[in-house]
Amino acid sequence: MEYTANELMIVNAARLLRDGDTVFVGVGVPNLACNLARRTHAPSLLMIYEAGVVGARPARLPLSIGDPTLVSGSALVCSMFDIFSLYLQRGNVDVGFLGGAQIDKYGNINATVVGEYGHPKVRLPGSGGSMEMAAWANRCYIMTPHQKRRFPEKVDFCTSAGFVSGHGERAAAGLRGKGPQAVVTDLGIMEPDETGEFVVTALHPGVLVEQLQANTGWDLRVAREVRVTAPPQEHELQILREELDPQGIYR
Amino acid sequence: MTKLMSLHDAIKQYVEDGDCVYAAGFTHLIPFAAGHEIIRQGIKDLTLARATPDLIYDQMVAAGCARKVIFSYIGNPGVGSLRIIRAEVEAGGLEIEEYSHFGMISRLQAGASGLPFIPMNQTGACDLEQSNPNYKRVKDPYGGKDVVVLPPLHPDVAIVHVQRANDEGYAQIWGILGEQKEAAFAARHVIVTAEEIVPDEVIRSDPNRTLIPGFIVDAVCHVPYCSHPSYTQGYYDRDNVMYLAWDKISENPDEVKRYLDEWVYGVADRREYWEKLGKETHDRLKVRPRFSYPVDYGAY
Repeated sequence: MEYTANELMIVNAARLLRDGDTVFVGVGVPNLACNLARRTHAPSLLMIYEAGVVGARPARLPLSIGDPTLVSGSALVCSMFDIFSLYLQRGNVDVGFLGGAQIDKYGNINATVVGEYGHPKVRLPGSGGSMEMAAWANRCYIMTPHQKRRFPEKVDFCTSAGFVSGHGERAAAGLRGKGPQAVVTDLGIMEPDETGEFVVTALHPGVLVEQLQANTGWDLRVAREVRVTAPPQEHELQILREELDPQGIYR
Repeated sequence: MTKLMSLHDAIKQYVEDGDCVYAAGFTHLIPFAAGHEIIRQGIKDLTLARATPDLIYDQMVAAGCARKVIFSYIGNPGVGSLRIIRAEVEAGGLEIEEYSHFGMISRLQAGASGLPFIPMNQTGACDLEQSNPNYKRVKDPYGGKDVVVLPPLHPDVAIVHVQRANDEGYAQIWGILGEQKEAAFAARHVIVTAEEIVPDEVIRSDPNRTLIPGFIVDAVCHVPYCSHPSYTQGYYDRDNVMYLAWDKISENPDEVKRYLDEWVYGVADRREYWEKLGKETHDRLKVRPRFSYPVDYGAY
């Protein structure tokens, strides 16, 4: 069965979620990954949205982070201050999903500016909830298309911290979460080694390591064992196409 | 004592040139009608604070109301960029003060609770801390890691849209609660706009749902459909078509001018705006009811 680059990323990100995880969900592709996981191998996944919704069960595809469908049928609604303090800062979130314009070798993310902060070449939206999510969720996953401009050796601006400059710097800063545990792209999966540097650990079917290297801005290392991901299954694609995103907005 | 007045009069009386305005609402309950009224009244040099400036501040910046924006996420939610604010920032034409969401709402929380500052745990992402001098670190007096602190935010005016309020300003909200309560308590003046003005007994039948007490409210305005193209839970849906349309309109200054002329300057108030949207849009944004189970407070 054929599938798109987005579908490939969504399916692979969904598989990283464990049943019973509490996930801080963003709209777009992370939302689809979480809802797919909940409908397949992780039926007791608890979805939290930064707008202050806990246990959301959206009946339609939410098109914004504060879509009313997140509220109807959810288990709890609270203020934003509560969601960031009682849930995230307190350590009640297992997984956070992140994305951004630039992701570097140590999993730091730039969603703020390309160029200088005071004189930006490109002004991006900024942190939103990502600064705290990256710091305080137990583990984070990053989803992004694999393009060289998105993977510089060092980000122009560190909006949310990965392993900072590596070698235990994140732990030394006293951050409670373990940091980014995987970058899922349309070519494969990269995971941090013991120093915090992201290395290739999995390739999607038919993809060569050279393709990842050609689309990454640092000298990309390859883990000793590299697996090949299972292609998206028919039932996964069916849920995505028929139930979660019937209009194909994120296909 | 009734605080009912028209939105026109409330803006006239409580929003002045140079003020810091916080139009509250995280995606939900954004008081677009108040933003449009501020534009119509030609109020200038405002500092516009909101976690997500959204289309409302993009339009107010386009209309020349703002000197500065305080924010934590300047995007068109679910669509992309806020082109007008972004272009102004890239050109250096608009002052900015930036936080993360937690930083932004912590400032409101400090303002709302009368604190001199508020602590947060470190995040390891130091670039924003170094770019905004309001971020400081202090030593934990109990011996832990240094904490990040921020000062309170005290807007001159908070504008809060709600589902229902009584004429004194006791206001009830359901659905996403955002930073509505914190903005109201942090501000010097509070304007409440409501889909419905209800008798006191309606409020008192469900006191747990009341978020804002009347005594901190200055003005209560009856403004149905105030939030469009944002939404009011249970009353009308978010108009994603408009959010997508603004992405196109805001690419072109002539189109922006045409939009403001037609939909802001060209209408007297929200009632006229809503009528002008027409039946097709009204029907598209209708929601089917989904009631909660009633609760029994007990007759004591």
